[in-house]
Amino acid sequence: MSALLEVSGVSVTFDGFRAINNLSFTIGPAEMRAVIGPNGAGKTTFMDIVTGKTKPDTGKVLWGEKSVSLLSLSEAQIARAGIGRKFQRPTVFEDQSVAENLVLALKSPRGPLAALRFALSGPGRDRVLDLAREVGLSDHLARKAGELSHGQKQWLEIAMLLAQEPRLLLVDEPAAGMTGVEREHTTAMLVEMARTRAVVVVEHDMDFVRRLNCKVTVLHEGSVLAEGSLDHVTSDPTVIDVYLGRG
Amino acid sequence: MTALSSVDKYPGGEPSGPPPVRGSGGEGAEPPGSAALAPRSFLARNPSVFWFLAILIGFTALVTVLSPALGAEVISTSFIKTLGKTLCLCLVALAMDVVWGYTGILSLGHMAFFALGGYMIGQWLMYARTEEIVLTSLAGTPIPPTAAEVAQGVATQIFGVVGSSEMPAIWSFAHSLPAQLALVVLVPGLLAFLFGWLAFRSRVTGVYLSILTQAMTLALSLYLFQNDSGLRGNNGLSGLQNLPGAAQIGQDRLSLWFFWASAAALALTYLLLAWALSGKFGSVLRAIRDDEARVRFLGYPVEAYKIFVFTGTAVLCGLAGALYYPQAGIINPAELAPIASIYLAVWVAIGGRGRLYGAVLGAVFVSLLSSWFTGGRAPSIPLGFYTVNWVDWWQVLLGLAFVLVTLFAPKGLGGLVDMAQKIRTPDRKGAPLGPDDGALQEREAQE
Amino acid sequence: MRLTLLSLCAALCLCLALAPARAESLAQIAAAHAAAIEKPSRTTIGPVIDALAASGDPMAAPFLQAWGSKGLGRRKSDGAFFLLAPDPAGYALTDLTGAPAGTSATSEITELKPNAGVRGLIASALVAFTLSDPDPARRAAALESIAADPKAESLDPLRAAVETEPDPVLKARKLRLERLLTLRFDPDSAARVAAIEGFGADAGLDLRAALSPLVATKRAAGPIPPEGANVARTLTPGGDISEAEAYAVLVDAGLAPARLRPEDQKTALAAHIAEGKVGGVPVADLSSQAARDRAYTALEQAGTVPTAATDDEVTAALAANPVYEIYAEPDPAVTAAATRALHEIGLKVGAMQAVDLGLDALSLASIYFLAAIGLAITFGVMGVINMAHGEFITMGAYTGYVVQLWVPDLTLSILIALPLAFALTFGAGVAIERLVIRHLYKRPLETLLATFGISIALQQIFKNIFGTQARPLTAPAWLDGAWVVNDVIGISYIRIAIFVLALLFLGFFLWLMKRTRLGLEVRAVTQNPAMAASMGINPDRINMLTFGIGSGIAGIAGVAIGLFAKVTSELGSDYIVQSFMTVVVGGVGNIWGTLAGATMIGTLQKLIEFLNPSNTLAAQTYMILFIILFIQVRPRGIIALKGRAAGD
Repeated sequence: MSALLEVSGVSVTFDGFRAINNLSFTIGPAEMRAVIGPNGAGKTTFMDIVTGKTKPDTGKVLWGEKSVSLLSLSEAQIARAGIGRKFQRPTVFEDQSVAENLVLALKSPRGPLAALRFALSGPGRDRVLDLAREVGLSDHLARKAGELSHGQKQWLEIAMLLAQEPRLLLVDEPAAGMTGVEREHTTAMLVEMARTRAVVVVEHDMDFVRRLNCKVTVLHEGSVLAEGSLDHVTSDPTVIDVYLGRG
Repeated sequence: MTALSSVDKYPGGEPSGPPPVRGSGGEGAEPPGSAALAPRSFLARNPSVFWFLAILIGFTALVTVLSPALGAEVISTSFIKTLGKTLCLCLVALAMDVVWGYTGILSLGHMAFFALGGYMIGQWLMYARTEEIVLTSLAGTPIPPTAAEVAQGVATQIFGVVGSSEMPAIWSFAHSLPAQLALVVLVPGLLAFLFGWLAFRSRVTGVYLSILTQAMTLALSLYLFQNDSGLRGNNGLSGLQNLPGAAQIGQDRLSLWFFWASAAALALTYLLLAWALSGKFGSVLRAIRDDEARVRFLGYPVEAYKIFVFTGTAVLCGLAGALYYPQAGIINPAELAPIASIYLAVWVAIGGRGRLYGAVLGAVFVSLLSSWFTGGRAPSIPLGFYTVNWVDWWQVLLGLAFVLVTLFAPKGLGGLVDMAQKIRTPDRKGAPLGPDDGALQEREAQE
Repeated sequence: MRLTLLSLCAALCLCLALAPARAESLAQIAAAHAAAIEKPSRTTIGPVIDALAASGDPMAAPFLQAWGSKGLGRRKSDGAFFLLAPDPAGYALTDLTGAPAGTSATSEITELKPNAGVRGLIASALVAFTLSDPDPARRAAALESIAADPKAESLDPLRAAVETEPDPVLKARKLRLERLLTLRFDPDSAARVAAIEGFGADAGLDLRAALSPLVATKRAAGPIPPEGANVARTLTPGGDISEAEAYAVLVDAGLAPARLRPEDQKTALAAHIAEGKVGGVPVADLSSQAARDRAYTALEQAGTVPTAATDDEVTAALAANPVYEIYAEPDPAVTAAATRALHEIGLKVGAMQAVDLGLDALSLASIYFLAAIGLAITFGVMGVINMAHGEFITMGAYTGYVVQLWVPDLTLSILIALPLAFALTFGAGVAIERLVIRHLYKRPLETLLATFGISIALQQIFKNIFGTQARPLTAPAWLDGAWVVNDVIGISYIRIAIFVLALLFLGFFLWLMKRTRLGLEVRAVTQNPAMAASMGINPDRINMLTFGIGSGIAGIAGVAIGLFAKVTSELGSDYIVQSFMTVVVGGVGNIWGTLAGATMIGTLQKLIEFLNPSNTLAAQTYMILFIILFIQVRPRGIIALKGRAAGD
């Protein structure tokens, strides 16, 4: 099976503290994966490494059919290669309108000169309108993103991610701060997305993970502790020990 | 969940639809919310452009009619020069607003680019003018002078004041107006590009970047203060108001020409910047200002944008300097002392950053107010025990006003316009307001 | 050891005391050699001088002095010698015992007028006299006058005076001077080489001054080197020496005709304008060098102007006549030894200069550290940028000045000024923190702007109060002067004091942060304000105090900096950029980083100044450029916080 992303033997140390320790991780082109683990297990650092925010001390991160190393690429290059990231805290551009936020994210040439020449094409407009409708922000396109509610900002960010058309989505605690209905909507969207692309969901909430119904990777102290279906890993004694042992 | 199918409507690549439509678009059976995306005319998107151009054209016409060149003696030649110079300062303020107000880079070096532009045009003005003088003085000799003798004469004239009679290598192109005009663009542009490439690539942001730009300015001004910098040390370049070959044209007409040129440059720049900033480019810049890490994760090469903006605005400043210093007549290294760039930030802050007309408003307001106060025209305030003499106290007032604006009116004079239009910015509940990224305190506050 | 020295001294004194007893008196000698004294010649005068020297009579020196300066006369009536002084009556006389002997008319006296050669001998005899003068101060003065103007004649008397010298210090000086004179003036080449080599690795200024004339060269030209010349090297035109210079040597030596200067050519051409043409070339065409050459050649051929050397002739002349560098000193053995010695001295002086440079760099580093440590607290610890920091330094300096207006005792005034400056700037810092910075904690760029505003206002207020001219802040007398190790290494006491002050501040900072409750709370607030607040620490109070202390230290630094810098309203702003660079280069949030940054910037600036001594402005320029590049390599500074704590 050809992997979309292959992380192997990665370690990173902050001031003597090993945040990631010989971590290996693989995900296919159309796969949903949940990453769980206690606080400090290295989930966020793992995402930082994949998106280029943190450079590991050792190890390889290979991407795509051509197995390009992501370690020599900048964050922006990695994003253009097709890796999208959703942060835990909604980060949208509050001073700009919802429409502007979406147009920013829309897949298009990213250089300064291209941006100067950019004009919203017909299909582009349709795409923005579709995305806005999908996340229920059609009526808010002209409003400044800063005026939206917390949940609406989450939706806007998800729409922006979709507009980027990534091949791999890294989603950090998508359900945090959402109501039950919104959670269901989110779950459905994630599952739908995972049909055509790889989705990695980092989550605390076991209920949410169970609803995603996918393979689960348990991180502990910077390396993979267990991998498999949720039922499989939750019955693993070492996992129980880590979760319950820590209270 | 039917809508979800749209996710795959444009699998990979760019949407290859009909050619871009800008400025025209059909109304009718549009989906909800499409009004926000409906293409609108340039002027509709930038209402300030119309007003700005109207006021500028009206003002230019008024000054022209009242100028001594047309026989009216209502305003003096020197005041026309002051107005022309103010327009050039507005141009620099526009550049500063783009780099700081829009992109969030508080550059304390743009006045250095401005002065460099002035130096570059000054080289030609001084060379060509001195060459005229030398040729006139050599015309009386029985043997016609050789080119080398003329060059020697010019060098002695220009550099006698720093005890040298050799033409430094940086004057190699001073005889040629096109070459020096190219340098007006190239020198500030290349310097800004080099500095930007070094600084932005290593992700220096926020206050660190400001200090670094200030250090660059200081280094440049200290360098130019030396006599062997090749630009006459602290004497600077002088006599720039005399246009070579235009001795018979009076200063009254020259000053008006430069005033027109400054107004035209300002109008063009305003149009250009309004166009660039109202589109996606401006959107990216403001996004970089507010959260550059997020912009990076959207795939935008943030560093390339910053270098582009930094260099582009530096070139604008160079051009403004090339228009300013022939009106000022003299340029010396004090012009690019770090404090000059700080004043530039003061203008933009007081005018209201993040909006083009704010920068112009601030530059006009502060520089005219400053010349009113320092010109000794403001009435002194006798307090009995002490008389507040504005020539001495204007700086204090300016400094304190600046503190107050920063504290209580971050939107500057532009905030007044918002109040008139009843625009309110979203309440960020204490979150950083704009160009504040890269500071330790804020980072730690987040963790 | 000391005992032997003492006994040696005692023995010498004894000898001296006995010496006069054996000699004749001045009067006796004069009488014995009357003829030789009256009609002296170089051949006959020797015994007289020897006898005088041996007499030990205190009047011998004044006698010689008078003789040499044509102030000695002989009374015609009785043939007695007198020292003469001008008097209205003719001469005032002094007899040979030193007693006044009335006056005399000019006609009764035969003035003695020895010729130049004799006077020379008398002068060197006088040197010998003063060198053995009983008064040590006069002996020292004689040594100094010889050292200031070394002459070959001084060598013999000096040698003679070495042995009899009772004072060991003066004897050492005499010995050294004797060797310095030997290496320059001794007729024996071997003795000179030995003298040069005898100095070993000595690097004294006097030795360098004595050696350098030995290796001085002049240029000469000719087909072969001049007869007997001590050739240093042959110069290659275009390499060691420019062709124009080489040709000028040839012209000076009369080996080649002078080249035609463009000005002369122009004058010659102007003098031969006929009917609008010169040598057939129209005047209007003479605006190029080629046309002028053509016209001049035509004139040459017509014989109206002298021929000038062409380029080919110049080349040929240079090829036929190599240019040499010739030592003024003819002895090759001596020049070789001197060159060797100078080379070794050069190495040693270089090493000492490096030490001196190190001291200079250390003192500059201390100044930067002092100026930056307040910032290291406000910017490094709190993350608050304070552009008015420079004005706090100025405020401290002006406090020192004002205190000195009231307290005339300089030491006392400095002792009062230091705490007062701290108190004032602490107060100002707290006020600014409460009024402005407190509202901007989440907006660092705006803190920068607001403090800029404060800086502009404060600077102008200083100008309004104190004027634009520099105000004196005088250091107490015990800080004047310098600690001088030798003629290369030296450092002024003020700089040492500043170094000590910088060390004290470093210690104070470490104590404050590591050993006090306040330091603990400051660290807690910087690391996690929310957690600190929940543990009962009041972050407002901590921020206020920290900012106040940072500002107060700037005030103290201001007093110290004001002692050596000009106290003007711009004093602080001269240091602000360097201070920020120090903090940034060193690594924000770490006092050791600030120390490292100050050391690096100070050393670097001194090094650049050393490499380009004429230009301190250029040194600052290059230093800032270096810092900009350095930040590329280490964006977080020399001592960087790593990992997540450092943010991004």
